[in-house]
Amino acid sequence: MTVGELPLAVRRPRRIDPRWLRLGGWLVLGALLCVMTSTEEGTPSDHWLVVRTALGSTKLIGWLLAGAIVWALLEVWRARGLGTVVSGRTAGVRGRWHEITGGRRAHWLFLGIAAVAAIVIPQFLSEFYQRVLVDQVAVFVLLAVGLNVVVGWAGLLDLGYVAFFAIGAYTAGYFTRALPVKPPFHLNPFVILPVAVVVCLVAGLLLGAPTLRLRGDYLAIVTLGFHEIVQLFLVNKNNWTGGNQGAFGIPHFSINIFGIHYQWTLASLPYWYLFIAMLAVLVFLFDRLEHSKVGRSWTAIREDEVAAAANGVPTVKYKLMAFAIGASTSGLSGVLYASRIGYINPASFPVVLSITVLSYVIFGGMGSLVGVIVGAALLTFLPAVFQEQNIVRQEDIPMWIGAILVVMMIFRSQGLIPSRRRRRELGLAAQGVSDADAMSETPEGRA
Amino acid sequence: MCLTQHFWQFLVPGITLGSLYALIAIGYTLVYGVLQLINFAHSEVFMTGGFAGLFITQALVTAGLTPHGADSVLYTVTGLVGGAVFGAVVAFLLERVAYRPLRRRNAPRLVYLITAIGASLFLSNLAGKLFGRDRTNIPELYANDVVFTLFGAQVRVQQLVIIGTALAMMLLLDTVVNRSKLGAGIRAVAQDAQTASLMGVNINRVISQTFVIGGLLGGAAGFLFGSYLNVHYQMGFLPGIKAFAAAVLGGIGNIRGAMLGGLLLGIVESVSQSCMSSQWIDVVAFVVLILVLMFRPTGILGQRLGRAA
Repeated sequence: MTVGELPLAVRRPRRIDPRWLRLGGWLVLGALLCVMTSTEEGTPSDHWLVVRTALGSTKLIGWLLAGAIVWALLEVWRARGLGTVVSGRTAGVRGRWHEITGGRRAHWLFLGIAAVAAIVIPQFLSEFYQRVLVDQVAVFVLLAVGLNVVVGWAGLLDLGYVAFFAIGAYTAGYFTRALPVKPPFHLNPFVILPVAVVVCLVAGLLLGAPTLRLRGDYLAIVTLGFHEIVQLFLVNKNNWTGGNQGAFGIPHFSINIFGIHYQWTLASLPYWYLFIAMLAVLVFLFDRLEHSKVGRSWTAIREDEVAAAANGVPTVKYKLMAFAIGASTSGLSGVLYASRIGYINPASFPVVLSITVLSYVIFGGMGSLVGVIVGAALLTFLPAVFQEQNIVRQEDIPMWIGAILVVMMIFRSQGLIPSRRRRRELGLAAQGVSDADAMSETPEGRA
Repeated sequence: MCLTQHFWQFLVPGITLGSLYALIAIGYTLVYGVLQLINFAHSEVFMTGGFAGLFITQALVTAGLTPHGADSVLYTVTGLVGGAVFGAVVAFLLERVAYRPLRRRNAPRLVYLITAIGASLFLSNLAGKLFGRDRTNIPELYANDVVFTLFGAQVRVQQLVIIGTALAMMLLLDTVVNRSKLGAGIRAVAQDAQTASLMGVNINRVISQTFVIGGLLGGAAGFLFGSYLNVHYQMGFLPGIKAFAAAVLGGIGNIRGAMLGGLLLGIVESVSQSCMSSQWIDVVAFVVLILVLMFRPTGILGQRLGRAA
């Protein structure tokens, strides 16, 4: 081969400079955000209304400009190698920050401050925000703390989580005679709490047993299907569940023992304190659980399922346990919710709600109690405020939730305030060590 | 017996739906084969196909007039190709934007699944926001006459079109996967991605191609489904879950299994309509899924894409 032939042999099609491709990406993203932030919605007679108005407005120029500016800054950042400089400079500070926030003392300090704030601050809020706190923040923080056990600690994906919430709520409806089908006896909501926990525990075991013996990732689709079945049942079984109308007149909580009488009413604050008390109990229990034998077994399963099984950890049993604990927490919240709102119908428990709760857990940082509480509180409170201010349409919230999930997973899968252990696991998984979830086939074989 | 009474009336719609489930299930099974991922967002690829078909045919057909003759064929094929192409584009972008960064990081499967869920939620609600949240019918592309009767059951043009197209696409896919170089690449990556890359298979390209193939079939199925029923921003959800159930029924990762599973599930679902009221039909797929997982988790034809396809 002569030298002259060589360039022919290695000539490759000319490629566009990746920098321009990135610019294109940022501009597309800008246009997409311009469409997404539009407050209009398409109609069947005019499918292109949103696209036309959003992309035809002057707002588009602003978004494109913003995209171009971000691109320019990032290119400078990349060209100068500023990423390594900055991470080198801040390594000390970040290490110190992780040390402080990751420690047990900071954990309890944060929970203590949060508890005091939760008791004091709502007193000074307007009625609207008190209602947001109870109906949104409290309910979903409770749900997220329960889902954290399944997703964060056991590393399983549960997409039917809110189905158990519905089961808990309908259990409350049943035992307070609010449903068309009447129970043999009438119960106080406080007594229904443990009943609902048991009902959801059993339902969770029945659903988890056939799937968790196999691969963990089948659980996702089976639970999604389960949620759909529960929905169908609630809608179609009119003579039991009241169909689409649901159930009305579920009584409020009341205490009437040992000479103490108290009756919860429509007022938000007493319910807020009830929720907070319940949450405090759960957080205490789950925190104990995390560092108990059970919690350590979950960690072992997450990090390496085969090694865990080889060391005598019954993996299926502990996965089932996590799933059932999550289900019963959801049921517990369901009773509280039903009693607080007073009426329930199938539309209160849509399938998308399970994914919404999942996004709270992910956003806050799966596996970290503090993170999950903060994440759920932020993502429930902010949308309520945005809706009140008419910045975001209510129907668009699932879209934003989906976007948050994808962006979080790509750029910061450990979440806002990650647990130290979880961050380490995700880091190890990136190097090809361990799984950081419990989704593979069970090493014990198909039991 | 309730089953035998209306068996033939329900069999033809069953096969029609089943062949659509099969087309979607192939998308799930292909991606599961190469990535071991339940691609939840595949149902939104299907929805995209429906919307693309809707817009294309709306532009072609004059409102209120049913085209006939060569026009019918031309419009149907255009809608089908349009649905397939847009489905493939969305599937390709999905892999590029959402999954590839994760693959580079070697992310755990939980992270993949959550991304897939998020992408699915995002895409369906974006479509809802852009195109409205009501059901829309795809304009009639041909006179939907009765062609012949089969044991007292009427068989219509539309059903034949759907079954025929689906069968043709499945045959084509089967040939591609088993005979072409592209298919060999897909099978190699499904068997052992690491070894395949050592043998010179470009894994990233094969995965992209897998998504595109799944997207083509899913998008085409979206158009056919949309013309059979209607187009809606959440139209992908239930068919998506059912098609996944079909893929598991046939043996996940196994293409012929997905075809068989889809057809079987469609028939079972439709025929069981004669035994229960139609509101409960959606339960059938989940019951089938759970029964399969309990008694034969590897599905009817066994699991591996590489070995059994």
